[in-house]
Amino acid sequence: MAETRFVYADNAATTKISDAVFDAMVPWLKEGYGNPSSIYRKGDEAARAVLKAREQVAAALGAEPREIYFTSGGSEADNWAIKGVAHTFAKKGKKHIITSVFEHHAVLHTCDALRKEGFEITYLPVDDMGLVSVEDVKNAIREDTALVSVMYANNEIGTVQPISEIGALCHERKVLFHTDAVQAVGNLPIDVKAQQIDLLSLSAHKIHGPKGVGALYCRRGILLPNLIDGGGQEGGHRAGTENVAGIVGLGVAITKAMETLPERAARLRALRDRLIDGLLPIERCRLNGDREKRLPGNVNISFEGVEGESLLLTLDAHGICASSGSACTSGSLDPSHVLLAIGLPAEVAHGSLRLSLSDDTSEEDVDYMLSVIPGVIEKLRAMSPLWERIISEK
Amino acid sequence: MAMLYSDKVMDHFTNPRNVGELADANGIGEVGNAKCGDIMKMYIKVDKGVITDVKFKTFGCGAAIATSSMATEMIKGKTIEDALKLTNKAVVEALEGLPPVKIHCSVLAEQAVRAAVADYYKRLGIDPGPIVGEIGDCHACSHDE
Repeated sequence: MAETRFVYADNAATTKISDAVFDAMVPWLKEGYGNPSSIYRKGDEAARAVLKAREQVAAALGAEPREIYFTSGGSEADNWAIKGVAHTFAKKGKKHIITSVFEHHAVLHTCDALRKEGFEITYLPVDDMGLVSVEDVKNAIREDTALVSVMYANNEIGTVQPISEIGALCHERKVLFHTDAVQAVGNLPIDVKAQQIDLLSLSAHKIHGPKGVGALYCRRGILLPNLIDGGGQEGGHRAGTENVAGIVGLGVAITKAMETLPERAARLRALRDRLIDGLLPIERCRLNGDREKRLPGNVNISFEGVEGESLLLTLDAHGICASSGSACTSGSLDPSHVLLAIGLPAEVAHGSLRLSLSDDTSEEDVDYMLSVIPGVIEKLRAMSPLWERIISEK
Repeated sequence: MAMLYSDKVMDHFTNPRNVGELADANGIGEVGNAKCGDIMKMYIKVDKGVITDVKFKTFGCGAAIATSSMATEMIKGKTIEDALKLTNKAVVEALEGLPPVKIHCSVLAEQAVRAAVADYYKRLGIDPGPIVGEIGDCHACSHDE
């Protein structure tokens, strides 16, 4: 086996901040400490920095700057979009929301909270490839539907949903459409106008930006209730002195990610495919999620007879950081809702491994993972009574 | 989710003791189930009432492997009577603690020992019930938390 190397392959969880982003942020943590609401130059400079970042985020999405609201991250944007639309439309008697069973918990738990308030939620199924059907969305829309919320790309299995088609459908049926694009931004082309997306959530730390900052795109004309009452920041809808350095970081991160998208995505897809092709020959494993309609950097494979947490700990001992949909890694006792939604038996879901790549991932990193993972699977299977059972039943 | 395992747990996970199968085992116990993500299988060799050798195989998380490993160390060379006194609490203490969500793994380790002893008695044609007692189920898997 090759010499131990550090390989960070959990970029869907978070990414390393890039030098360009870090360098752009530092001045706003030091000398650029002015409050953007202040009148003097030091405040004005900070206000201009925030404005520039707003323009950068808007440009990356094909939106207008005034349609961008900075938040503390993707979860806040999801909460605000869904609860905001729900509460606005409830006054008009529309209390039905459509989402999918395999959304991020920021969406699912928000919908659960609304359900407890008396809203009705339709959870669309996904097929065994991890895709939502447009036909299902169409059939679920009712007179009292306020919102459809379907993620752009799934965070665990990387499957890319038919966003443009759902956008067109929602537009035609006059239902608002929200998408959690936290995993998609920087990895897939996005144009909110062309795709008829009404609301979109994004996060900086998934694209080599800082943690604690994200944004909500909310199409002009949609009135959301205030998230935080107070000062006039974010159009008065989300009060509180801006996280200037974080916002600047988000602006730079999203600009960098979007301006070189085709080349970056092509490189990532090649790395991803080499990793998938190198791992699939392992006995009794399967790729989770559609192979083509997939984020450029996502690999998700289940290995039968192996439990995810022990797999992750063993990989960590070899310097590889990865993630799993096993119950043990979630802190609960149930395996990933995403893997169960695509029809995986619980015992197979426990043995899933997600490797998510980024611009920081090299060819050598992929070589190293391919040299380590098969041996780790073999070692764990050798001590697994479940594997013993599987091969004896074969 | 970061588990914050103790050094002792990581030691037993990374270098599990007594792992494998025992060809001349005269008691084999298996507990847990695949759906919940952990199965422990324990092999014991009993000679004149003493567990002279023990091995285990585990499908499960880091804590499941570490508790199995620690439990085998704690019963090796012990009389059956002493081995049956092994509690999950003693295993947790020997491992310098476990995260609360992982306590059920130590329960499983205790149950695996009892299941292996029960099998030993069954093979001798002795009803293990009065000696070993109820082995119990994996209550952690009721999915009702």
